[in-house]
Amino acid sequence: MFDDFFIRALIAGIGIAFVTGPLGCFVVWRRLSYFGDTLSHSALLGVTMAYTFDLNIAISVFLISSVIALILIQLQKKTNLPGDALLGLLAHSSLAVGLVVIGFLTFIRFDIMGLLFGDILAVTTDDLLVIWTGGALILIVLKLIWKPLLASTVNYELAEAEGLNPDRAKAIFTILMAAVIAISIKMVGLLLITGMLIIPAAMARNISDSPQKMVLFSIIGGLLSVILGLYSSLEFNTSSGPSIIAAALILFILSLFKIKQSIKLKN
Amino acid sequence: MNSNNNILVKLNNAGFRQSEKWLVEGVSLTVEKGKIVTLIGPNGSGKSTTAKIALGIYKNIEGTVEKYTTKVGYVPQKISIDWTLPIRVYDFMLLTETIEDSAIDEALSLTGVIHLKNKNLGSLSGGEFQRVLIARAISKKPELLVLDEPVQGVDYTGEIDLYELIKKISDTLNCGILLISHDLHMVMKATDHVVCLNGHVCCSGSPIDVAKNNEYKALFGEKASQILTTYEHKHDHVHSDEGEIKKN
Repeated sequence: MFDDFFIRALIAGIGIAFVTGPLGCFVVWRRLSYFGDTLSHSALLGVTMAYTFDLNIAISVFLISSVIALILIQLQKKTNLPGDALLGLLAHSSLAVGLVVIGFLTFIRFDIMGLLFGDILAVTTDDLLVIWTGGALILIVLKLIWKPLLASTVNYELAEAEGLNPDRAKAIFTILMAAVIAISIKMVGLLLITGMLIIPAAMARNISDSPQKMVLFSIIGGLLSVILGLYSSLEFNTSSGPSIIAAALILFILSLFKIKQSIKLKN
Repeated sequence: MNSNNNILVKLNNAGFRQSEKWLVEGVSLTVEKGKIVTLIGPNGSGKSTTAKIALGIYKNIEGTVEKYTTKVGYVPQKISIDWTLPIRVYDFMLLTETIEDSAIDEALSLTGVIHLKNKNLGSLSGGEFQRVLIARAISKKPELLVLDEPVQGVDYTGEIDLYELIKKISDTLNCGILLISHDLHMVMKATDHVVCLNGHVCCSGSPIDVAKNNEYKALFGEKASQILTTYEHKHDHVHSDEGEIKKN
């Protein structure tokens, strides 16, 4: 069954949607979308590392993204530059360095479009294993830090005062962000991963009244986006990443009608 | 280490400095089970800072904090909640600890906001939100309750009810309370120990002692002093060591 590239892509996409759903909610709540962008742009460097030293792409991307996150935290402490400037600096410089390094690796033929926008043909059986075990691990850890992370998202001081250790939860969440980028880079492409995190969560925000419901709807939105996106990718021969994100956008637009309705009801 | 096992939190000469400016320094105080300790002082005198030191929110402090409980309920003075998060009163009650539905209902009823249980937190008025904050802090049956201006924005009758509730909670749960309040009537009525702050401890003791203190008079004026002293005549009960009320 896994011989068919499309089935592989579908299973990979479904695994990714289960993870990006809940994580994406926290990205929206904690205003981390530019942080997500920075980590995913740095993933290109991780991919070139993987090719150069013959490593697993997901592991290599995970390591590089974690290092970039650490550098960011250090820069925030040591410079007076605003957060968004630092994020932009790291995002574009790591993307640029990654592209320059690719230029040197003349002995390997790169599919740059595939890296940037995702490629459903690229998903192997090994990737499925990485996505599903990695994804399960990410979800288990997220479940463990759910309470302190949510509490400190609502109010840091409350969480700290009542003994929930929000700093630790935040550090672990940063690692989870690097991990989710690592497992979804092949499917969605490094330019569009943040879209996969934010758009289903934003759609879910429009139709939810509690954190748990938003997570649930975000997962459902992600799953629908993957399924619709991959089928249209096959049908119209488009890159998988943009197709999935476009499907997510359509769901988001539909969710806006729900808001209009509820405002009408209130009036 | 802990000679008196009624002690919940103890500050020894504690202080906190933010970018070269002392927010508060040299504070020593003890909160015991069943006792209410109130911090008073003008704006910027370090009341909230002292509470945050006691709670362990500020890390790089001068002096020491000894904390003998992990069951803490906190009502912060200012709370900014980001409404990108959809959250109902019910979800908010479960924020830091998983508690039974019956305990949630009981706490919300006590503070008079049970009808708001399924409302979105963002749709509440200031006073309603304040009542929810108090309900959340007491619903987990804490050993130490830290209340920073807990009744701000609450209507006048509600204010009296809530202060009576706080007093009742201190008695029934036998929890220690660190209270920050501007209401000197309340301070006199229910407090066991008053600490008057102005960047440092300017005086402390029983409410009546503080009221007679000259530094207190200098800070708050004669009128405030009269509020406290006149209250003394209305006092009709004393507190036993266990925190129970004994009528005179």
